[in-house]
Amino acid sequence: MELLRSLAITGTEEVLSVSGLILLLAAAWGGDKASRAISIAAVAALTVCAVLTVPALSGAAMGPGVSAWNGQFSGDAFAAFGKLLIYVGAAVTLIVAPAFFERENAMRAEFPLLVLLASMGMGMMVSATDMLALYIGLELNSLAAYVMAAFLRSDERSAEAGLKYFVLGSLASGILLYGISLTYGFTGSTSFAGIHGALAGPLSMGATFGIVFVLAGLAFKVSAAPFHMWTPDVYEGAPTPVTTFFATAPKVAALALLMRVSLFAFGAQPGAWQQIVIFVALLSIVIGALGAIGQDNIKRLLAYSSINNVGFMLIGLACANQAGAAAMLVYLAIYVAMSVAGFVAVLMLRDADGAPVESIAAMAGLSKTRPMLALALAAVMFSLAGIPPLFGFWGKFVVFQAAVQANLLSLAAIGIAASVIGAFYYIKVVKVMYFDEAADVVTGQSDMAQRVLLFVSVVAISPLGYLLTKSLGVLAGHAAAALFHIA
Amino acid sequence: MSGFPILSLMLLVPLVGAVACLMAGREGARMIALAVTLVDLVLGAVLWSQYQIGGPQWQFQEHASVFAGFEWKLGIDGIALLLIALTVFLMPICIGASWNAIEKRAGEYYANFLIMETLMIGVFTAQDLFLFYIMFEAGLIPMYLIIGIWGGADRIYASYKFFLYTLLGSVLMLIAMMWMVNEAGTSDIPTLMAYSFPVKAQTWLWLAFFASFAVKMPMWPTHTWLPDAHVQAPTAGSVILAGVLLKMGGYGFIRFSLPMFPEASAQFAPLIYGLSMAAVVITSLIALVQHDMKKLIAYSSVAHMAIVTVGLFAFNRQGLEGSMIVMLSHGIVSGALFLAVGVIYDRLHTREIDRYGGLAINMPAYALFFMLFTMASVGLPGTSGFVGEFLSLLGIYAQSSWVALVCTTGIILGAAYMLYLYRRVVFGVQKNEDAAAMPDLDAREWAMMIPLAAAVMWMGVYPETFLAPMRKDIAGLEARLAQARPKGDADVQLAAMPPAAKTHEHGESMEHGPESHGAEAAHEEAH
Repeated sequence: MELLRSLAITGTEEVLSVSGLILLLAAAWGGDKASRAISIAAVAALTVCAVLTVPALSGAAMGPGVSAWNGQFSGDAFAAFGKLLIYVGAAVTLIVAPAFFERENAMRAEFPLLVLLASMGMGMMVSATDMLALYIGLELNSLAAYVMAAFLRSDERSAEAGLKYFVLGSLASGILLYGISLTYGFTGSTSFAGIHGALAGPLSMGATFGIVFVLAGLAFKVSAAPFHMWTPDVYEGAPTPVTTFFATAPKVAALALLMRVSLFAFGAQPGAWQQIVIFVALLSIVIGALGAIGQDNIKRLLAYSSINNVGFMLIGLACANQAGAAAMLVYLAIYVAMSVAGFVAVLMLRDADGAPVESIAAMAGLSKTRPMLALALAAVMFSLAGIPPLFGFWGKFVVFQAAVQANLLSLAAIGIAASVIGAFYYIKVVKVMYFDEAADVVTGQSDMAQRVLLFVSVVAISPLGYLLTKSLGVLAGHAAAALFHIA
Repeated sequence: MSGFPILSLMLLVPLVGAVACLMAGREGARMIALAVTLVDLVLGAVLWSQYQIGGPQWQFQEHASVFAGFEWKLGIDGIALLLIALTVFLMPICIGASWNAIEKRAGEYYANFLIMETLMIGVFTAQDLFLFYIMFEAGLIPMYLIIGIWGGADRIYASYKFFLYTLLGSVLMLIAMMWMVNEAGTSDIPTLMAYSFPVKAQTWLWLAFFASFAVKMPMWPTHTWLPDAHVQAPTAGSVILAGVLLKMGGYGFIRFSLPMFPEASAQFAPLIYGLSMAAVVITSLIALVQHDMKKLIAYSSVAHMAIVTVGLFAFNRQGLEGSMIVMLSHGIVSGALFLAVGVIYDRLHTREIDRYGGLAINMPAYALFFMLFTMASVGLPGTSGFVGEFLSLLGIYAQSSWVALVCTTGIILGAAYMLYLYRRVVFGVQKNEDAAAMPDLDAREWAMMIPLAAAVMWMGVYPETFLAPMRKDIAGLEARLAQARPKGDADVQLAAMPPAAKTHEHGESMEHGPESHGAEAAHEEAH
């Protein structure tokens, strides 16, 4: 019975692994010609998983209904919230990737498989309630991601991105693993509940080191400063659909993981990690904003923007309470919509031959040549800058409100003042598109799938998004509550 | 009062018009924009006619909780009513000013203007703190685009400066608002206006709000974005910027800073006085040496806004009412002056004062209107400028005669720079042939000038129309401020006067004294 129950809770992971294996066989027999069909099948598999996940959104927070494999895995509302966002990010990647790679003659049937396996790993990351399950999920995701970054084999930048990501990612995994071993050594447990219980008393020096190393390893994965150095290079070098993927799904997974580890496993000692998170949050906001100013490549700019946004999300974590966690989840959902809109729009920037355009200077006067695309990008930029009435403002709003409620006033004040620095480069992109003379570089056409995706995501970040605030707030609140139901 | 959601309708109409403008061509877009702004003007007139003077404080209230964290809550009092009336009055004129001047990307241009209209009305009607903030902040986007796309040569710098200055000013206000909502447990503005925040916290909250409103107002020394933005913006952009956007700062003080933080307002009143006195003198002197007409009027705006701030922080009825009238009057007069500049700019494409001269000869009608608005800006009795400035200065005189003394020099300097401008542009010899060949006002320009001139005269001759709707609200605000009111130098003398009867007499003579004096002074300046 125990086995059946656990299998039922990990249903989505099973669907993903089984469909991944079947599609692997299909890829072996069908070859690269079948890659489009495999992509469609993979999207279908992700859709099935998403449907399976929805009931858990409002499900129980704890107890036998959600805890599987002897407490290693949890199918609670928090995991469901994270997984839904992850599946969305993965599905978007699969939808936009074939057209991109086919143009480079680089579409391989393995690509959708890698996305599926990475999604499975990310699902494990957000569900893990044990350090070992966490690590396995993280590595499954990371290994797939390294290969994806280097997927354009003929492109030097892509290969460089893959290598960089691999070397630095392994280093971070090592740091994380070291932290896990220290934590295990000083608490005697790898399960989050066990660690939580063992940390309840006075904090030993060794355990502190464990916490610091674990957080450092995870900060790398969420690309928070000062562990952000890989992000611009990898975002720029990786093929754009893969960058779309990196900016959405793994970001959600790593942040959700960070939340569960901090708030649950180390939840008994918030004082030990709160200062680290505050420091990392402010540093990310400032470095993300300052670093972006000099960029002339739109993908690099969005990479710095993602560092900046992670900083804002970490403000929610710094609150170390349920309201902060809920705010962070709302921000994450909005951030996924903004990233999808941003990167799909970047994918649509094509010159007359259909070659991708990444330089910001080439976007000059886009509002005349491609008015709708320019409008969408402008909406993304203002939204990322957090200017109302665009929906990006709401993410910042809830996070700062949580910080104010938690009495972190100076953190909120410094954070929001630093957001003005960020606004500078976002409006610079708008300036290039709207105020400058047309460069007439971006003249290529974009396909239907991209248009639809862009339309849906831009509507989501438009002022119409505010109609979602209530339901989003309820779901995020429920998901965050699951983190604080400690056995 | 009907249950009809007229305020929501007033917000919705321009928004729908904006979408329609985006789809239409140049001809279509300007027709749509004109029609939409006229519909809103009619709605505004209906609003005013249905507004019950002396009725409940908040009227036309609407409420729908469709959002988490804040609510769709609208409603107006007399103060908001007047500012809404100003907005809907100026908007059709702005569209008229753009009629021929805007040739490129007209659809987007009118769409931006209509969105601005929605947001400005939204600012004045919002009854939820965060709804107010969203409307207040959102105005940055269309204004940034208007300056950046349709502005003059140095538009990019000006648009950046406008955007970043005002954004930095308002983000701290957001944190303060969150703290207030957390403390008071509601984001409802009327409730917060009656809530007593701890005095210690008020200091910080006041400063955070001040950062936002001082930039928006703009107060010296955060005013430097304004001349840049004005000079580079298209004519209609300047009109709306000077006419309505600047009023958001004053509205913020009167709606938030004063009623919500009365003790802190009293505590910081000397700061306001100091900055305002500096602004009146310094910016007036700067205005005196300008070669660019728009820049001159922009600096004069800063000086006029300083009169508004001293009036607001006079903590008495005359000051508050005077400030409101100055805001309304300045909205109309500076809008009209920018329009007057726009009229000749459209003909000669320069704002350089030296390029004009002797316009009274070839443009007599234009010279007449320009004269009227110049006099209104100077504060000639019989025009709107006099009523407001007189009341404000009277208010501050009761509080501090020194501040009143310094601020009154602004009137003299104002007369100096405005008359100097008028002389150089309109009188004298026709030294430039192209300027001498300019035709007089056409029908469209007549149609824009007449309502403005009528409003200026009406407000100057019979200000009661504009004072009546807000009288009760100002009285309420005065009562709220009474306990915190700092002792003025007039009070010091009062304390020395023993019996109550004498105090009364003194108060009357106080009211009488400066009135005749001020009137005389204004008369003299006009000559």
